[in-house]
Amino acid sequence: MSIAMKRRRATAGRVRRQFRQSRLGMVGLTVLGVFILMALAAPLLVDATELNPVRARQAGNPQWASPSEFSPLGTDHLRRSVWAQFVWGSRVSLFVGLAATVLTILVGSVVGIVSGFVGGRLDGFLMRITEWFLVIPFLPLAIVLASVLGRSVWNIIFVIGITSWPSTARLVRAQVLTVKQRLFVDRARSLGASGPHIVGHHILPNVSGLILANATLAVPISILTETTLSFLGLGDPSAASWGRTLEEAFVNGAMTRNAWWYFLPAGFGILAVVLAFTLIGRTLEEIANPRLSGR
Amino acid sequence: MLTLVFVLVFNFFLFRVVQTDPVGSLFRGRNIPQERLDELREEFGLDEPMLTQFGLYLRETAQLNFGYSYQSRQDVWGEISERIPPTVILVGVSAVLSAVIGTLGGVIAAWRRNSWKDHSITSGTMVFYSMPDFWLGMVLLVLFAVVLGWFPVGGMVAAGSGETGVSRLLDQLHHLFLPTLTLTLAYLGEYTLVTRSSLLDVMGEDYLTVARAKGLRDVVVRNRHAVPNALLPVVTLTAINFGFVLSGAIAVEAVFSWPGLGKATADAIRGPDLPMLQGLFLLFSAAVIFFNLVADLTYSWLDPRVEEA
Repeated sequence: MSIAMKRRRATAGRVRRQFRQSRLGMVGLTVLGVFILMALAAPLLVDATELNPVRARQAGNPQWASPSEFSPLGTDHLRRSVWAQFVWGSRVSLFVGLAATVLTILVGSVVGIVSGFVGGRLDGFLMRITEWFLVIPFLPLAIVLASVLGRSVWNIIFVIGITSWPSTARLVRAQVLTVKQRLFVDRARSLGASGPHIVGHHILPNVSGLILANATLAVPISILTETTLSFLGLGDPSAASWGRTLEEAFVNGAMTRNAWWYFLPAGFGILAVVLAFTLIGRTLEEIANPRLSGR
Repeated sequence: MLTLVFVLVFNFFLFRVVQTDPVGSLFRGRNIPQERLDELREEFGLDEPMLTQFGLYLRETAQLNFGYSYQSRQDVWGEISERIPPTVILVGVSAVLSAVIGTLGGVIAAWRRNSWKDHSITSGTMVFYSMPDFWLGMVLLVLFAVVLGWFPVGGMVAAGSGETGVSRLLDQLHHLFLPTLTLTLAYLGEYTLVTRSSLLDVMGEDYLTVARAKGLRDVVVRNRHAVPNALLPVVTLTAINFGFVLSGAIAVEAVFSWPGLGKATADAIRGPDLPMLQGLFLLFSAAVIFFNLVADLTYSWLDPRVEEA
C-alpha cells in the first residue's frame, strides 16, 4: 500500500513539473486563479446590496451611466452598478459551471467504468442509452428540460449534467477497455481480487488522469451552456450569473443605446474563464496522452 | 430508427408526465366549473390510461398534429413550417462558409506547424470558440449596425418597404450579413482544430515521404496526397453539423430578430409555450438523427475500412 502511495505521489509530482513547463497552461491557471479569487472575495469587493435596484435608487445612482460618469463600470437601466453585477455574477457562473461538471463527470465515469469493466449485456444496454443521449441535440434538450423543470440554479446544474455526460462515458469506457486487457489486472484477478477491488485499485488510478483532463474540458461547455440558457430566460431569477446580465442588457435595449459597458464585461469574463479552462485542459490532456504533444 | 422511437417516448413522458395536468394549467387561476374541466380532459383524451394516451400521441405526431400554440392560438406545425426557410438560409450559408474557411485555415496551420501563421490561426479560432456565439453577435451588432450604421439592426427585410425582385434580394442579403458572419466565426474553430489535428496525424505517414522523394512540389504533396486523407473526420463533422442546421442558431437568431426556428424557440421559452417547444424539439431531433445517418453512410462510403467495425 505504501509503495502504491509513494508511486502515486511521484506521478503527481511529475504532472506538476510537466504542467509548469507549459506556458499556455500556466497562463490559463493564472487567469483562472484571479477569477476564482474574485468570486470568493466578492463580499469583500462589493457589497451585495448594490445589486438591489431599490438601494441603487436611494443611493442616487444615475441611470445608464457610462464608466466615465460612474466608476468603475457604469450603471444599468435600474441604476445598479455593472461592476457589482460582474463580481457577483462570476460566483454564479463559476459555481454552476463547476457543479454541473462534477455531475457530468460523476455520471459519465460511473457509466463508463461499469460499462467497460462489467461488459456483456449491461455494457450493450448502457451504451445504447449513451448513444441515444448523444444523438438528441444537446441545447434543445437542455432548453426543453429547463423549461419543464422551472428556473433555479440546481435545475440548471441538473439539466447540464444530465445532457452532457454521454461523451465522458464513451471516453472512459474506451480507456477502461484497454486498461482491462493489461497484465496486472489478470494478475490481481488470479490472486483472487474482487471486482470492486480491481476497479478501485487498478482501473481507477489508470483512468483518473483522463477523467481529470476531460473534466477540465467539460467546464467550458457547462459555463457556455449556462450562459446560453440564462440568456434565453431560463436562469435563476434570484442568482444572477453573467449570462443573466447579458439577457437583461439585451432585453432592456442596452444595444440600441450603445451601452457597451453593460454587456462587454460579462462577455469578456466568460471568454476569459472558458479560455483558461480550455488551456488548462489541453495541457493536462497532453500530459496524460503524450502522443498529442506538439499539437 | 430506434433512436427516433426513443425521442418520441422521451418527448411524451417529458411533456405529459412532468406536466401532469395541462388542462388545469391552461386555465390556471381562472374560475372554470369542474364539469367543464372534466369535459375538456375527455376531449384531449387525458382521462384515458397512459398507454392509450401514448397511442393517441403517436398517431397525432405521425399526422404532424402537435396541437395549438398557447401564444398565437395557431396550429403548431403551421407556425413551425413557416419558420423553416429563414433558418435554413441563415444557418445553411454559415455552415458552408465555416466548413470551407475553417478547413482551409486548419490545412494552412498544420502544414506550417509552429509558424506565426499556425499560432495566429490556432489562437484566433480558440478565442472565437470560447465566447458565447450570441455575445459575439451582440458585439458585432452594436459595432456595425448601431455605431457605424452599415447594416440593419435585425429582421429579414426592411419593414414596410414593399420592394420586389432584385432590390428585395439585396435587402435580404444586407440583413443576412451580420448573423451569417457571427455564426461563421462561431463555427470556424471546430473545423480548424479538427482539420489541423487530422492533417498532423497524416503528415508522419510514409506515403508523403514517397511523394516527396518522387520530386513532387510541396503544394502537390499537400493537395493531392495529404489533405484528401486528412479530410475524413472533417466530412463526418460537416455532416453532423448539418443536423444542427435547424437548431444551431437559437440565441443568435434571437439577437438579430431573425424570423426562424431559433427565434421561435426563444419566444416559446418566454411563455412557456409548451406545445410549440414540443414540436420544435421533435423537429430538431429528427434533423440531427437524419444527418447522423447521412454521416455514417458517407463515412463508410469514403472509407470502406469502417464497414468491418
